[in-house]
Amino acid sequence: MKDCIIKLERLKKNYRMGLVDIQALRGIDLEINEGEFVSIMGPSGCGKSTLLNVLGCLDKPTEGKYYLNKYDISVLDDDTLSDMRCNYLGFVFQSYNLIPQLSVVENIEIPLYYQGVSPHESRKKATEIASRVGLGDRLYHKPTELSGGQQQRAGIARALVNDPLVILADEPTGNLDSKSGREIMNIFSELHSLGKTIIMVTHDEHIARYGERIVRLQDGLIETDESVQLRIREEIS
Amino acid sequence: MLNFLSIYRWARVIKMGFKSLWLHRLRSLLTMLGIVFGVASVIAMLAVGEGASQVAQEQIRRLGSKNIIVQSIKPPMEQKVSAERSRAIEYGITREDAARIRSSIPDVEVVVPNRIIREVIWNTQWRIDGQIIGTVSWYPEIKQLKIIEGRYFSELEVGTVKNVCVLALNTIEKLFPNGSPVGKSVRIGSDYYQVIGIIEDEGSMGNLQQTQNLMMSTQSQNMPPDMSLGKNGGGQPNRQGRGNGSGRKGQMGTSPQYKIYIPITAAQKRFGETLVRRSAGTLETEKVEFHEIIVMVGSEDRVEEVARIIDEILQRYHKQRDYELVVPLELLRQAERTKQIFNLVLGTIASISLLVGGIGIMNIMLATVTERTREIGIRRALGARKRDIILQFLIETVILSGVGGLLGIGLGLFIPYLITYFASMPTIIRMWSPIIAFGISAGIGIIFGIYPALRAANMDPVEALRHE
Repeated sequence: MKDCIIKLERLKKNYRMGLVDIQALRGIDLEINEGEFVSIMGPSGCGKSTLLNVLGCLDKPTEGKYYLNKYDISVLDDDTLSDMRCNYLGFVFQSYNLIPQLSVVENIEIPLYYQGVSPHESRKKATEIASRVGLGDRLYHKPTELSGGQQQRAGIARALVNDPLVILADEPTGNLDSKSGREIMNIFSELHSLGKTIIMVTHDEHIARYGERIVRLQDGLIETDESVQLRIREEIS
Repeated sequence: MLNFLSIYRWARVIKMGFKSLWLHRLRSLLTMLGIVFGVASVIAMLAVGEGASQVAQEQIRRLGSKNIIVQSIKPPMEQKVSAERSRAIEYGITREDAARIRSSIPDVEVVVPNRIIREVIWNTQWRIDGQIIGTVSWYPEIKQLKIIEGRYFSELEVGTVKNVCVLALNTIEKLFPNGSPVGKSVRIGSDYYQVIGIIEDEGSMGNLQQTQNLMMSTQSQNMPPDMSLGKNGGGQPNRQGRGNGSGRKGQMGTSPQYKIYIPITAAQKRFGETLVRRSAGTLETEKVEFHEIIVMVGSEDRVEEVARIIDEILQRYHKQRDYELVVPLELLRQAERTKQIFNLVLGTIASISLLVGGIGIMNIMLATVTERTREIGIRRALGARKRDIILQFLIETVILSGVGGLLGIGLGLFIPYLITYFASMPTIIRMWSPIIAFGISAGIGIIFGIYPALRAANMDPVEALRHE
């Protein structure tokens, strides 16, 4: 049995939008074990982004508990949350979110910088990871000089560089054409096979089926939580 | 915390700051300009202030801080009455006054009687509108003037009424443009005087007043009025037409005084005590024994007291106020006060421009923070703490104001040089002024950087990431 690294207990999240209180999450119970590849699906407004933000320690739950690697996130202060993100989490965004004025390798280095790794060591590590995602010859290019697929690879490299416990991906193929999307998903599959824990939010059924488990949300609650049959996964790929 | 103190972090955050400023070179430069000009104006204004007050103080010091100068002044009322009553106007300090001062005040060391006459001085074809000072042999000691060449006349020469003279440095420049005059002669009227020495220029009260006016016109009201006019009065206007042009232009008292020193006995003998002066078609004669006496007091503490006593003595024997007391020490103190006010005003003005520069920086930084909201969100998601974000933006402001401060120091050191060169105004840059200016600009960088940096750090990471 693999360790349970993420555990949500009756997790609720409300926020205010203008004058209305919105109940984005209304009581989520979820356990994710090390090495799992979980896809979170649901229509827009179902709370999947909010869930990902909470899982990513960017937002604190209003009620309930969230344990990440046994730490109770709901009681941590802002600095500790930063440290959690820094040491345990890797983010992959839909719009890549690379910093435009920095080169590819500098973008990949950012998490190491906040870990206080020496410049020499971070450069070495970032270069190595960049080569692994196929950007070895694009290290000193600016993000704007890369194609969407390459930018997302840089994004993945950045999420991997601090060797995180969990990779959180928010619609990683949302801005890509289907070919680039497949390439990116293959990288995720490969990472999964290497034992990485991946949580991915998507609204695309095909993309979701790269995962081994699909959690469907509806109105802030988990509707279904099912394992994907190996047969179906092979079928789509 | 250990992480935060890491040298890599600091090195990188500073590098990053420079990099992101360099990315918007023009914007950074324009933002910096406020600080550059602020710092430069602080330094330049302080330099001008220091320069002006230095000159004033030097001139006052030349008058001697232990000295009290009593000058004869023509009483204003006399002029109208004189036409019907008497030929010669008698006024001013007399021998009796000098004797009284000498005998009644114990602390008084020396009394130097002077006669000041304006005449044309000749050296063959060169001529100059000079000021002839008939005085005693210890005059240079009292005034603390250095003999540059030759010697001053001796007591014996004063006693024997010798026709010798000592020229001031600026007189030499006009009168003997080629070579040392020592041993040669100058002609005044029909008499020849042998030049025996050269003496440094005296602190002229005319120049002094000019400098003071320059420093602050309101302040000069507090100064004893007519410091230079009183003694120049005799014989001045009739020279105007014949002057060689270099002598005086426009205002009285602003022209340099070309001085020549002769024994007082010679002055009394050759020029007499009566002066004739023509002005506006009328003839006026006036009789003055001493145009000026200098009283030297034993110690500086007693100067003001002695000045008061002298004033009382003179008041008792003079019906009119035909004399004026000039106390250089008092002037010196006044100049110091003036300087303080001057520096305060200039400093305030310059500081306001620094403040404006700081506000400019804050404005740009706020815009930058908004512009880079998404970057802030990304950095926060990737593990940046609030203080990392604060540091990142604060460093940028500090770099802006620091580099701006350095450029400002460069400019600020250069401007006084230009002022001195083109406006021939003396400027003095004190060591502390660039340091203070830089300190203020760095401080402004921090103060005006704090708010934008805090705003950046306090953004909600989720919101910031969503920002387009």
